[in-house]
Amino acid sequence: MSINEETVKHVAKLAKLEFKEEEIHDFTEGMDKIINLVEQLEDLDTTGVEGTYHGITHHSVLREDKAKLEVSREDLFTNVKTKQDGFIKVPAIMDNGESGA
Amino acid sequence: MTILDHTLEELHELLVKGELTSLQIMESVYDRIEETEANVGAFLALSKTEALAKARAMDEAGIDPNNILSGLPIGIKDNIVTKGVTTTAASKMLEDFVPVYDATVVEKLNDIGMISVGKLNMDEFAMGGSTENSAFKVTANPWDLSKVPGGSSGGSAAAVAAGQVPVSLGSDTGGSIREPAAFTGIVGMKPTYGRVSRYGLIAFGSSLDQIGPFTRTVKDNALVLNAISGYDQRDSTSYDGETPDFTQGIDQGVKGMRIGVPKEYFNEDAKEKGVIESVRAALKTYEELGAEIVEVSLPHSKYGIPAYYIIASSEASSNLQRFDGIRYGYRAENVQNLEELYVKSRSEGFGLEVKRRIMLGTFSLSAGFYDAHFKKAAQARTLIRQDFEKVFEEVDFLVAPTTTTTAFNIGGQIEDPLAMYMADILTVPVNLAGVPSVSIPCGFSNEMPVGMQLIGKHFDEQTLYRAAYAFEQSTDFHKQKPLFKGGK
Repeated sequence: MSINEETVKHVAKLAKLEFKEEEIHDFTEGMDKIINLVEQLEDLDTTGVEGTYHGITHHSVLREDKAKLEVSREDLFTNVKTKQDGFIKVPAIMDNGESGA
Repeated sequence: MTILDHTLEELHELLVKGELTSLQIMESVYDRIEETEANVGAFLALSKTEALAKARAMDEAGIDPNNILSGLPIGIKDNIVTKGVTTTAASKMLEDFVPVYDATVVEKLNDIGMISVGKLNMDEFAMGGSTENSAFKVTANPWDLSKVPGGSSGGSAAAVAAGQVPVSLGSDTGGSIREPAAFTGIVGMKPTYGRVSRYGLIAFGSSLDQIGPFTRTVKDNALVLNAISGYDQRDSTSYDGETPDFTQGIDQGVKGMRIGVPKEYFNEDAKEKGVIESVRAALKTYEELGAEIVEVSLPHSKYGIPAYYIIASSEASSNLQRFDGIRYGYRAENVQNLEELYVKSRSEGFGLEVKRRIMLGTFSLSAGFYDAHFKKAAQARTLIRQDFEKVFEEVDFLVAPTTTTTAFNIGGQIEDPLAMYMADILTVPVNLAGVPSVSIPCGFSNEMPVGMQLIGKHFDEQTLYRAAYAFEQSTDFHKQKPLFKGGK
């Protein structure tokens, strides 16, 4: 096993996901197979090879840094579920049951 | 022969001559959808009222004779945002998401008067190769309804193959245009990274994603790529060089061209021999057309899958952090605090495959694994890209099968993510290298279409279209029509 249930729970916490206790076992097994697959990279000698972190081989092109109204404030709130006085309303950050954000 | 059997050029000519109206075309599109959709299930949403109104307006204003795509219909994959039209990426997370702007490609199509028919089904957030990961519906392959259309752009491919629309847009992160094009017997182009603006494409793997067209013919495809390409100041990775006319020189043939055949892409032990046999026969055709066939090697190909799944999933885990239930998207109810809101909204809103990718990506980027996973994958990516650069010093383009098998059964692989991932083995290296590749129909195996991909140099889509056109004009695979086997 490359990973165990504890690691899966830890990664889930980092990813802000949760799995039901009864799902964890199967999910860990599935993840383990996938991680074994991707760990085939260990066989590859990459000494001195620079990594490629971008899709482009051409240069990145930046536009002029000039403010422009593209979308109105009202439009930006179209998909907000709860709003009040021009703000997005969310639950309290700290409340009963705070689980270490 | 129906209206929709015409090529885009023919439709344009009929419009200009006044023998056909845009409204008639749109009506036959919706008639065809009504006739076939119960079997195929390609669309998540239709914009019939708006589309017919636009067509009427186009007819009244008069079709621009210099604008070949004006007044013609197109379907849009549902991860490309459309202003005022619900865009879900086939996820419960975005079930009621109404974008407040158009993707650059949509803006470009609107500007030239193309008319959007509706939004097309896909694997959730473009993660998958069968469209079975859609949160909303299963799309069937028009050739045999018990089989998948491929994915993730399965709706886009099925709609074109079924004759519902002459053209659609898809996106390709690891094969999501080419694999469904191959499975449904049509033409699908993954352009060079940077050729088409990604602004308004719901991000999956930002260094890999590209938007591209599905069509029944090669020239139609080139015409649509003409329309959507070009620098966009809202996408800093879009290419600011010149956009050529991709139809220019398309009929010049392949005489004297050197075609590379990467030996790693021809697994002679494959369980479905018909795929490689079809591609080998296609290579014979190319030889008869005067091209020279050269065996080449892309030695790092086997590292494509591991490198791809680490890189794409890492980028996805970062990109999908934005779905937190606050500004848009699914929001869980009855939560006690903000942390719980995040966790519950994400856990209830995302499907299993999306969670799997986020988990793999988060793991690969996490402390202790970053070097062995993410950094190593980035190095493998360099070697894979160099493989391509090296062979392109010797040959004009490469030919290989797009997939190892023809379309598989619905439900056949969905329980086995590993088999599903391995199915991308022939398509992901192209995305890692950022080069263009077009899949075109080249034969049949087990009565299902076989696709071959032509892979080119960076920004050399022109050679690919020219070579694809030469093959198409000397064969009639593109003229075969799906049978709707098993249909009602």
